Amino acid sequence: MVNTHTIRQAFHKSIPVMAGYMVLGAGFGILMRNSGYGVLWAFSMSLFIYAGSLQYVGIGLLAGGASILTTAFTTFMVNARHLFYSISMIDTYKDAGKCKPYMIFGLTDETYSLLCDGTVPEGVEPDLYRLFVTLFDQCYWVTGTVIGSLLGAVLPFSTAGIEFSMTALFVASFTEQWITTNDHIPALTGLISTLLCLVVFGRDNFLIPAMLLITLVLTLVRSREERII
Amino acid sequence: MTSAIMIAVMSIVTILIRFLPFIIFKKNTPRYISYLGTVLPPAIIGMLVIYCLKDVSPFVHPFGIPEVIAVACVIGAQVWKRNSLLSILTGTAIYMVLVRIIA
Repeated sequence: MVNTHTIRQAFHKSIPVMAGYMVLGAGFGILMRNSGYGVLWAFSMSLFIYAGSLQYVGIGLLAGGASILTTAFTTFMVNARHLFYSISMIDTYKDAGKCKPYMIFGLTDETYSLLCDGTVPEGVEPDLYRLFVTLFDQCYWVTGTVIGSLLGAVLPFSTAGIEFSMTALFVASFTEQWITTNDHIPALTGLISTLLCLVVFGRDNFLIPAMLLITLVLTLVRSREERII
Repeated sequence: MTSAIMIAVMSIVTILIRFLPFIIFKKNTPRYISYLGTVLPPAIIGMLVIYCLKDVSPFVHPFGIPEVIAVACVIGAQVWKRNSLLSILTGTAIYMVLVRIIA
């Protein structure tokens, strides 16, 4: 018996990601085609890698014929932040059942931001709900990739600026988390540490230092935070 | 052929990163890791907000004005209605109009 209420709620939750993923996925498909890689290549990457920023970086690696070692190292640097997502989902996904491997595989920035607060709508099966949010998001990404690769530059309208929906998604979930708690230390730590590292290390190298600084600060305030939680 | 191997490497390394914490802390999660699990989400979302805005230049035209206005609208809408979908659609629509007017 498939729980349609759960699936409907999951679809509703995933809608904010739809526009952004279709557009960014299409952009990826277009760039791949421009580099000489057809729809099957783009489709495979969106299916098996499913990590937006790495796939964009990956186009350059493929086209430039980078070594295996460079490819592996670049992948690690670009995607290291996913270690954080997984760490904070360990408890939430504890009893996720036989689809858990797919849910871990599909833990992108956007899926994480939809699910990381741990809450689910009333009356849904939590694990099925999270599975379908993950699945819908990847469908948007793969669909966008294929459309971009096949239709390329022939889209009849300008979508300039629609990529802001990703930023808006993160700003909205940041605001929502801010409203629902009185403890703003973690949120401020993330914001200020990252901003500081962006200024110090520049836009190409700030993510890893930012993650280290966030971990350090949150570790230092642990005893204080644990009294609040 | 080389391209296929490179895609496989990207895929495998990404999968390893995503699975590693789940594999390491399979049996029991240390209290320190559980603590990080509770405080990291708001911190990471804060990090992602900055990450999305990293290419905004406050010193060259259009000085990040579309971004500042659109972000403010998203925050305002979210505080007012508490509906993420509405906030995102409003902010994105305003941004798409702004980049056409200002840029």
